[in-house]
Formats: sequence, structure tokens, C-alpha cells
Amino acid sequence: MYAALWRVLPGPWWVRLLILLVAAAAIVWALFVYVFPLVGLWLTPADVVIG
Amino acid sequence: MGVSPPGGAPTSGRERRRVSVVGVAGELLLTAGVIVLLFVAWQLWISDIISGAQNNARAHELAQQWSAEATTDPTPDASEEPTEPTEPPVPTEPAEIVPPVAPEPGDGEVFGIMYIPSFGPDYAVQMAGGVSRSRTLDTIGIGHYPGTQMPGEVGNSAYAAHRTGYGGSPFYRIAELRVGDPIVIETPDGWYTYRFRNLEYVKPWAVNVLHPVPQDISTPAGERYLTLTSCSPKHTAIERIVAYSSFDSFQPRADGPPAVLLPEPPAPTETPTPVKEAA
Repeated sequence: MYAALWRVLPGPWWVRLLILLVAAAAIVWALFVYVFPLVGLWLTPADVVIG
Repeated sequence: MGVSPPGGAPTSGRERRRVSVVGVAGELLLTAGVIVLLFVAWQLWISDIISGAQNNARAHELAQQWSAEATTDPTPDASEEPTEPTEPPVPTEPAEIVPPVAPEPGDGEVFGIMYIPSFGPDYAVQMAGGVSRSRTLDTIGIGHYPGTQMPGEVGNSAYAAHRTGYGGSPFYRIAELRVGDPIVIETPDGWYTYRFRNLEYVKPWAVNVLHPVPQDISTPAGERYLTLTSCSPKHTAIERIVAYSSFDSFQPRADGPPAVLLPEPPAPTETPTPVKEAA
């Protein structure tokens, strides 16, 4: 899968690497900002309320 | 990327390797593992950094907005606003002014900003009504227990916030409070200063800590208390940690922020707050 992705990308190896790094950073950012906060609501009920 | 199930001609070794189902599955599993590790890192550290910075920025923005409104609008003299009509004047020595009491906020409605200088000189978190996770604790910061008193009101003003993991964890350092540490609540009226007194660890259903006199049902309230609750131990919900403070002073907006909030405070070594008399 990742090997196929590497072959599909254009340019010399450093361009491909750059594209992949940028894409990875964007994915991680989206996970941190959008996905994980939603998942966290369901996963661990860290309750702080009394009563 | 794609799966190529047809397993016809064996590929020559020098040629491109064939994409196999097992290979793709393995890569997907590895990716899932990395994502789970990222989630753990986010839960433990990164969420607090992101949300904490957001909380802080929003709180400072709101504080600036209030001070700008106060300078443009003619402010009513806060010292003349009456509090509860039936309430006798409470002899708190440092405060000559009877602090104004704001109406209780609606669910998720921001009404104040909490400053705890011992949590860091820049510490500022918005406070809103209600203690639901989705509307207040995860999204705004500190939640006011509905039905408990408001800042400056005789009785118990009780709040909840996360200690770990969510919403910037406003009460992450709640167990590090020392006797006499100032806890300041800013509202459009001014600044209410409380002084920390003690911690208590209770079960999650110990609602008595929210009483007008905490843990005392029979005594009528004669003083102003502040109660902060969060989860304990860290990262669990087994018990609750409770931090009690008592009222110290009120400073109307016209007088500017109290000295404990100014940069380089002159090492507040005041004696602990006067002991309650009505007990």
C-alpha cells in the first residue's frame, strides 16, 4: 500500500518525501484537533462532577 | 493504491513487488497502531497544551473586552448594589464593600474568569454555568454547580473542572494549592478574591461538599466559601478532590485588578483568612 503510494507520487525522492511529510503532518493535525476530541467524549468518562 | 488479488503470473524478482492482501492488512494494522499511540499522547499531554492555550487566550480576550466596556460605558457603582435583602452584613475585615452578586448563569453561559496565580502567572480560565462535559467542562473550562451560590454571595460557590485529559485540565495542579493561595474570580462587576484553606478527598457522591456550609447541613451559612472539585487520583474517576477556600475581599472594577494579579506580586504572606464565626 505505502509502496504503491510511493510509486504513484511524482518527482525525485526528496519531493516525494516532502509530499508525504506534509500529508502526514496534515493528518496528525486533523486527528488532534477534530477526531480525537470527538473520540475522547466516548472513550473515557473522566468524570469530575460530584453528585 | 490498490489490492491486486489475481495471483497469476509470479512476478520476477527485480520487478515491482506485488501488492498482496496480507501486506495491505499489515500496513493498515501498523497504521492503526500508530494512530492509537498518537491518541494516547494526545490524551496525556497534547490535548492539555492545545486546549489550555485556547482557554487562556479566550479568557484574556474576555477580560480585555470587559475592561474596554467598563471604560466606555458608565459603570454603576458596584458598592451600592444590594445583595440578598434578608442577609445581615457579614463582618469580613478586609472588605468594607458588600460584594455584588450576579444572577446565576444559564447552562454553558460564560460569566467569569478564574485566576489562580500559584498555577502560573498567566493562568486564566473562563467559567460558565452548568457542569456538563459537552457544554461547559470540555469546551469552556470551569463549570458552576447549578443551585450553589454565586461569587461573593453568602454560602458556597462551587465549581468543577477537569484535572487531566480534557478541556485544558484547568485543575491539573489543584493538589499543589497552599494555605492562603489567592483564587480570584473576575466578573464584569470586579474581582472576588478567595484564599485557599484545605483539601478534602471524597467519594463521587459526596454532595455535602456543595452545601452552603460544606459538609455541614444543619448550620446556616454565615460566610462566603469557594469549593473546587475535580477527579482524583489523576486520570481516574474513583474519587473526587475538593479544594475549599474562603472569601477574602472584593475589588470593584473601577479600582482595577487586585494586587495578587499584578505582575511581580510582593510575596503575599498574609495570615490565613478569619475563621468562620457561625460554626
